[in-house]
Amino acid sequence: MRFDTLLESPADWMHRGQSHGDIVVTSRIRLARNLVGHSFPGWGRKQENEATLRVVQPVVESLPQLGEPFSRHLNKLTAIQKQALVERHLISREHAARAAGSAAVMNRAQTISIMINEEDHLRMQSIQPGLALRESFEVLDEIDTQLEQALEFAFDRQLGFLTACPTNLGTGLRASAMLHLPALMLSDQVNQVIQAVNKIGLAVRGLYGEGTEALGNLFQVSNQTTLGDKEVEIIARLQKVIEQIVNHEKNARQKLLSDNTTTLCDQIGRAFALLRHAHVMPSKEALNLISMVRLGVDLGFFPSEFAVTLESLLMEIQPAHLQIRADRKLPTSERDEMRSQIIRDRLKCLPEPDISKALGGLHNCPPNNDDA
Amino acid sequence: MTCDLCDEKASVFLTQIVDGQMEKVNLCESCAKAKGVTDPTGFALADLLLGLGDEADEPKSPSSSSQMDPELPTPEKSAPSADEKLACSACGYTHAQFKKAGRLGCPKCYQVFGAGLESLLKAMHKGTKHIGKVPVRHRAVQDRHETLAALRSELDDAIGREAFEDAARLRDEIATLEAELAKPSEPTSESSTETVGS
Repeated sequence: MRFDTLLESPADWMHRGQSHGDIVVTSRIRLARNLVGHSFPGWGRKQENEATLRVVQPVVESLPQLGEPFSRHLNKLTAIQKQALVERHLISREHAARAAGSAAVMNRAQTISIMINEEDHLRMQSIQPGLALRESFEVLDEIDTQLEQALEFAFDRQLGFLTACPTNLGTGLRASAMLHLPALMLSDQVNQVIQAVNKIGLAVRGLYGEGTEALGNLFQVSNQTTLGDKEVEIIARLQKVIEQIVNHEKNARQKLLSDNTTTLCDQIGRAFALLRHAHVMPSKEALNLISMVRLGVDLGFFPSEFAVTLESLLMEIQPAHLQIRADRKLPTSERDEMRSQIIRDRLKCLPEPDISKALGGLHNCPPNNDDA
Repeated sequence: MTCDLCDEKASVFLTQIVDGQMEKVNLCESCAKAKGVTDPTGFALADLLLGLGDEADEPKSPSSSSQMDPELPTPEKSAPSADEKLACSACGYTHAQFKKAGRLGCPKCYQVFGAGLESLLKAMHKGTKHIGKVPVRHRAVQDRHETLAALRSELDDAIGREAFEDAARLRDEIATLEAELAKPSEPTSESSTETVGS
């Protein structure tokens, strides 16, 4: 498959998920596996990693679940192409930094991607829209079972699957969900939620994983521990916590709607106006404004069919995606201009926010503003 | 009430007031301890990772021979007093490098450096024993290990009941199984290239 073909097709997970799709953007499962008798990629010499790659890549490519896969050695991709794959969450930033001896394999729908020679020999990922951790796990578990028939994975009865970093030992499983939490953010509650989640041994990260900031009110929640628990238990526990966070966000949205109607309408209205009429749009600002419009869609201020438009817009306006479209390297100023143009074009048909929904809420339960 | 993390009985109840809303977390004693909930300094994985266990805190003199030496034989029973020169016979990775990077060189390293790992894993994970998925080619061996453990406890039981006929039978069964398990090398050791059939 050509790189352009892959990028032109929207990923399946850009559609809204069935379960809590308004708040849980995507659910992701990752499994780490290594081959017996091969050094881990970080320690192996170039020839050694290339030898591992020669063993693993054909087996991965022949997985029936991948159909006709997109499969490339990382030294055959430009820096911008690799960055675009990072923007789509198909490879990690760490993987993008690698070149010879590493490869990325994925299906056209971009629901399954397999990194060869990242930190471990195999990092497999399954990604689905909405809260669908179990479903994602089932898909990946089957792939893992098929791969282990052809590849001998390093496994120890006590320590489970052996990984380069001891933090991934055991199941090698990282389950995570991307949450959109604008109301918790607007009402300054998000830090408390993050602290509570950290306390019970789960990790909260920004949009692009470890060490990245939470842009566009998007947060990733994932398990920290991988050893000493069954896969299904890790997933069930995470699921429980995510459902609670979803409820907090829902309550915060209701509270904003009834107590802070004007602020809410103002935020959504400003986001609408800026996105529709700005001619310079930095990436960070765009993500935050789109987040507000997305909240507007969820609250019924905008027609629901715009949810998908916003989701693919989020991808289109990322720096590497812009530069691939322009077919050249763009300085920041040009990117900001091009970004605003794409946004104006995509949101041309977005009608003005229908605040009657909010006002309707106002009539039903009169605001109680005696909090002074 | 059960623990939010495992299904043990909860005994630590954490309640936070978040903007007028009550947040409750219920934990059993071991989970609470493991997650540092009862510890005012909080759960600090980073510190644990940097410290890499307690046993090798004082930095040794940076010996020039801390480089890998592939000829070094594998010291099977490494003293936990972290010998920095200890190196993996398969890939040459040294214990000093592990302490620095927090990652290992190859799957075999876990056998070589395994002794000092226990306290690190305890702090890092929920348990130190894998109870999740087992690859098919390991399952036969795993099953036999489990059978063996069951037979041994039956044997203890039989001896306790003074049912010596049963005990003799169990002893023979155990001996047979042990012999079987001893014959083919463990598939985890990297020398085994043959797959273990089920």
